[in-house]
Amino acid sequence: MTDATRKSTVLILGGRSEIGLAIGRVFAAEGHNLILAARDPESLEPERADIALRHDIEVKLTQFDVLDTESMHGFVEALDPAPEIVVSVIGLMGEQAENERDPIAATQVMRSNYEGPALILGLFAERMVAAKKGTIVGVSSVAGDRGRASNYVYGSAKAGFTAFLSGLRNRCARLGVQVVTVKPGFVATRMTEGMDLPAALTAAPEEVGQAVLRAVERGRDVVYVRPVWGLVMRIITAIPERFFKRTDL
Amino acid sequence: MAALRAAVGLGGVIARGNGRAYGDSAMGAAATIDMRRLNRMLAFDPATGQLVAEAGVILGDVITAFLPRGWFPYVTPGTKFVSLGGAIAADVHGKNHHVDGSFGAFVDWIDVVGADGEVTRASRSSNSELFGWTIGGMGLTGVILRAAIRLRPVESAWIRQETIPAPHLAAAMEAFEAADAATYSVAWIDCLASGGSLGRSLIMFGEHAETGEVPSAFRKHPFATPKRRAKTVPVNLPGAALNTWTVKAFNALYWRKGLSSPRKSLVDWDRYFYPLDAILGWNRIYGRRGFLQFQCALPPKSSEAGLRALLGATAAAGQGSFLAVLKRFGIQESRFSFPMEGYTLALDFPATAKTLALLDRLDAIAVDHGARFYLAKDARLAATTLHRSDPRADILRDMRREAGLDQAFASAQSERLLL
Ligand SMILES: Cc1cc2nc3c(=O)[nH]c(=O)nc-3n(C[C@H](O)[C@H](O)[C@H](O)COP(=O)(O)OP(=O)(O)OC[C@H]3O[C@@H](n4cnc5c(N)ncnc54)[C@H](O)[C@@H]3O)c2cc1C
Ligand SMILES: NC(=O)c1ccc[n+]([C@@H]2O[C@H](COP(=O)([O-])OP(=O)(O)OC[C@H]3O[C@@H](n4cnc5c(N)ncnc54)[C@H](OP(=O)(O)O)[C@@H]3O)[C@@H](O)[C@H]2O)c1
Repeated sequence: MTDATRKSTVLILGGRSEIGLAIGRVFAAEGHNLILAARDPESLEPERADIALRHDIEVKLTQFDVLDTESMHGFVEALDPAPEIVVSVIGLMGEQAENERDPIAATQVMRSNYEGPALILGLFAERMVAAKKGTIVGVSSVAGDRGRASNYVYGSAKAGFTAFLSGLRNRCARLGVQVVTVKPGFVATRMTEGMDLPAALTAAPEEVGQAVLRAVERGRDVVYVRPVWGLVMRIITAIPERFFKRTDL
Repeated sequence: MAALRAAVGLGGVIARGNGRAYGDSAMGAAATIDMRRLNRMLAFDPATGQLVAEAGVILGDVITAFLPRGWFPYVTPGTKFVSLGGAIAADVHGKNHHVDGSFGAFVDWIDVVGADGEVTRASRSSNSELFGWTIGGMGLTGVILRAAIRLRPVESAWIRQETIPAPHLAAAMEAFEAADAATYSVAWIDCLASGGSLGRSLIMFGEHAETGEVPSAFRKHPFATPKRRAKTVPVNLPGAALNTWTVKAFNALYWRKGLSSPRKSLVDWDRYFYPLDAILGWNRIYGRRGFLQFQCALPPKSSEAGLRALLGATAAAGQGSFLAVLKRFGIQESRFSFPMEGYTLALDFPATAKTLALLDRLDAIAVDHGARFYLAKDARLAATTLHRSDPRADILRDMRREAGLDQAFASAQSERLLL
């Protein structure tokens, strides 16, 4: 671990998700302090206590709603201590069929996966650029690599988020701020429970945590949690549109 | 929580911790409740050493978290891969029962989900009946949800060990009695030795090492554990490999090594308390069929005669026992826990038809000597044998019926043993 990442404070936006908690636990095991942000932070008290006790670190809880744009400035300023590493795992899958019919539902998915996470990470990036150090991690999705019939509302929002992170990284690259894009592939969480996912392509939440830690330590830009996903997505994105539009992937 | 309540409503369920019990105690009669995900540590008070945690927390994780801060479980079984719920439900014992008692002695309170799905907090002072029956109750009184347990302050991660050879059983028992104040004591018995050497053993005493005693390389970090390579037993050894000869050779070697190695040594906690955990696939050494355990506790009066008869029958059967472990038990009064004052002998055998016949013989010998059987190690005891050996079994059964617990909570074991 480099000096820059030693014993820092890591903020997890979406701290109640299994993936967010798994990422937090991996950093906690390395001795970092945590701030877990969630819409209903009190419900996280048992996890807060558990992580703090197991790793003998400080874990704080804070309230955050990524759709509440107005409150973002205040949220960033109120954090004490200011986090050196900010990870957003906020996302919302929604129901594709519902999103096709209901613009309000679709708006919520678009805002929760793209607008909200992009805006808040952008604000943190501002602070980090001023301090000339810091790390931003955005959990996006392979669903953003190519729009598919089965989940393109969610996928397009993730695509927007991925593009935002790419641009932010480009801007920050020479300013001492690291930006990491994580594309987990399938992850076995409550969100995917009951789905019939191929085992070789499905990661445990802990694997996502390990992948994020490794990416931060090694200064990686874009990571697929299971490397095979890089290959899968290269193939999927290489299929010419006139064939792709007839597929059922 | 809602899911847990619904599961209890099904009836015929039993909680399962980390599945380290040897038999069918953690297999539900109708359904099994997996407790491993209820595994959060909730609070720790450094003034008293009290840890509050959910029942699925693994004892090894407690050590990983708290040994670096100078705390260790007061009582630990021979594997660190047990859940707190399992340790309480079986009221497990360690090598220090004669001085500290069993795991239950360090439980301040428990939260138990009863037949109605409601949570009751039980301790020595409130709901003390539920508390008493649940500790050692093998999951038959409800699901332990949370517990407050106390940890022991220690100065290092090291144990000062002293090994004493004993040429026969009487010498081994004398050594135990002479060292009554030793915190930890355990004897490893060469159970193929017979005649005048019956009960030939190595007795290992242990004390938590103080800071000043820590090996010099670790003096600066007294709570650090040296890394060790896990030995694995990669394939199932063919059953034939474990014939009398291999066990004899193993036992003879262990015996000689014990004699020639220094009698005093410093051992890290992991190697001292959990040698079997290092052999990750250790139960494979018996081949595909697996193995069976036999463990009973004998009262002081009949300990020597009982041990002599049990070891004699084992040696005569030529079945070998890879591990034969003898421990001293101190006084314990409890509703249904296994330990009672005297000695406890644990043997394990490959699961074969011949072994089953031997185990039936051992059961009879044990009953004749007033012994009690350890349900956490049992997969095959007959109900009549249990009820004959332990009058508390009838009381538990009647209590369960009266309290309406028998319909709600049942394991394959409790059905077999009519509990
Ligand atoms: C290598 C090895 C060495 C061992 N050495 C010792 C030893 O030295 N001393 C000793 O005493 N034991 C020893 N044991 C036995 C072991 O400690 C016990 O079987 C212990 O109960 C296992 O805990 P578990 O979490 O795996 O429980 P399980 O095996 O899952 O369950 C055991 C019993 O506890 C009940 N239970 C589990 N969780 C709960 C809960 N939350 N609420 C209510 N009931 C519950 C189950 O219903 C079942 O009856 C050893 C076992 C092994 C494999
Ligand atoms: N599971 C997978 O297979 C998979 C695959 C690829 C990518 N991902 C991505 O990984 C991330 C985590 O997913 P998950 O599987 O762990 O699912 P999850 O449990 O549903 O996680 C979503 C998280 O986003 C938070 N969130 C949603 N809307 C919010 C809002 N308005 N304000 C604040 N927080 C909000 C949720 O907070 P609350 O707890 O408050 O509801 C929750 O913590 C998501 O971005 C998801 O898109 C998951």
